[in-house]
Amino acid sequence: MIKFDKVAKKFGSITALNGVTFEIPVKEFVFIIGPSGAGKTTLAKLILREYLPTSGKIEINGLDLKELKKKQLVDLRRKIGVVFQDLKLLVDQTVYENVALALKVLNKKEEEIQKEVHSVLKLVGLNEKADLFPAQLAGGELQRVCLARAVVAHPEIVFADEPTGNLDPATAWQIIKLLKKINQMGATVIMATHNFEIVNSLKERVIEFDKGKLISDEKKGQYRVR
Amino acid sequence: MKKYLKTTWTHIRRSPYQALAAIGVMMLTFFVTSITVLVAVGSHVVLQYFETRPQVTAFFKDETTLEQVDILKAKLAQTGKVKESRYVSQEEALVIYREQNKNDPLLLEMVTANILPASLEVSTTDLTYLKEIAQILQDESQVEEVVFQEDIVAALKNWTTILRKIGLGLVSFLALVSILIVLIIVGIKVAAKKKEIALLHLIGANRAFIKIPFVFEGIFYGIVGAFLAWGGVYLVLLYATPLLVEFFAGLPLLPVPFLFMLSLLAGELLVGSLIGSIGGLLAVKRYLK
Repeated sequence: MIKFDKVAKKFGSITALNGVTFEIPVKEFVFIIGPSGAGKTTLAKLILREYLPTSGKIEINGLDLKELKKKQLVDLRRKIGVVFQDLKLLVDQTVYENVALALKVLNKKEEEIQKEVHSVLKLVGLNEKADLFPAQLAGGELQRVCLARAVVAHPEIVFADEPTGNLDPATAWQIIKLLKKINQMGATVIMATHNFEIVNSLKERVIEFDKGKLISDEKKGQYRVR
Repeated sequence: MKKYLKTTWTHIRRSPYQALAAIGVMMLTFFVTSITVLVAVGSHVVLQYFETRPQVTAFFKDETTLEQVDILKAKLAQTGKVKESRYVSQEEALVIYREQNKNDPLLLEMVTANILPASLEVSTTDLTYLKEIAQILQDESQVEEVVFQEDIVAALKNWTTILRKIGLGLVSFLALVSILIVLIIVGIKVAAKKKEIALLHLIGANRAFIKIPFVFEGIFYGIVGAFLAWGGVYLVLLYATPLLVEFFAGLPLLPVPFLFMLSLLAGELLVGSLIGSIGGLLAVKRYLK
């Protein structure tokens, strides 16, 4: 369960989030929508505790993120898989090594890492390209590597920040199908996007932000076509 | 442990020139260290050799009796400053004389025990007591002459002390430089991997996972540098041993025992890993905030 209670985040005079309150239960699929600068990425960074809120309270699985000790923070981040907007792939490491990193930090054994990485690369359709470097991949493939890294450790929560940005519709749909599959396997999936075609088609819960404010929260099935 | 070593090896393999620079500086440090240790131990052995030789010799007048010699020995023992005193009779002196001049028959002709004086060979517990003991012997009426090698041993001791001090100073300075070089090189790597480190934090890596490979890298430079320097010095020493044996003829210096060289290697590997880990830890502390 993710709980935001009157959360605000300010950077000097700029307010990125303003008194945001919502809850996301376990195993839910949620879209976070809004124009650029609405606060979607700030939300992701707050969930990962890259930032601390200026005011308000964020709880994940009952833990107040402000009160976390170092070890608890490490444990929290291990439960969250993130598809970063800027991907954050390591250019000097192969596709395999980039994905394996998420398991290495968990101290998994080499055999287990190999098995899991190949399995997830198969899932995202990149098993054949495991030994290539990011510079040798197309945009959609890079997005899929990032997605593979986010889900390989079977996290409880997956936050995908604009995972379909700059992708052709066919590739974008591949990514969405993968996220749906991961959700069906038991993970909470939060996807920040401004691709309304996808949002309209999936009919999942939609939380909409504008200028840092939560302007609507439509439960599954209550969505309106934009 | 295995995964940290693997990551460390990847770090090193992907920037080989920085690794070579670090190993080169470590080698220089341990090259000088090895030579300093060998010179210090060698000079200590030489000093010990001279210290165990009779340092004061008192030659007796012909009429001196054995009772008088025993009284004198007891008097010397009472000072507590004498390690050993040995009476050499006229007959024993003749044997020594013959042995020393066995290749020169001319010098052996006409020499009998009667013309050689009996003597007392004394060694002190410390070289600083030489003068005092020599004076005691000089004051004895039955003593004809006193000879002692104060100057040689004192000069040798002086040089040994100076060599040790210079060596220690040089090794300390080079060790400090090595720490700084490891700090800089590991620091550059930490800075170059800033994005990777930030990502590792975000995907749940703990501090040890991020830090340990960098510290291991420092230890690797220390160990490899120490081993190569030791190997180089040992090879040179083995090659030069036949020449040095001639030069130091009579002194129990060479060949250097293999066990001693192994102990030197063990010590240097230990110090190398210590220097490397200090450099690595400082780099991580400074650049991984």
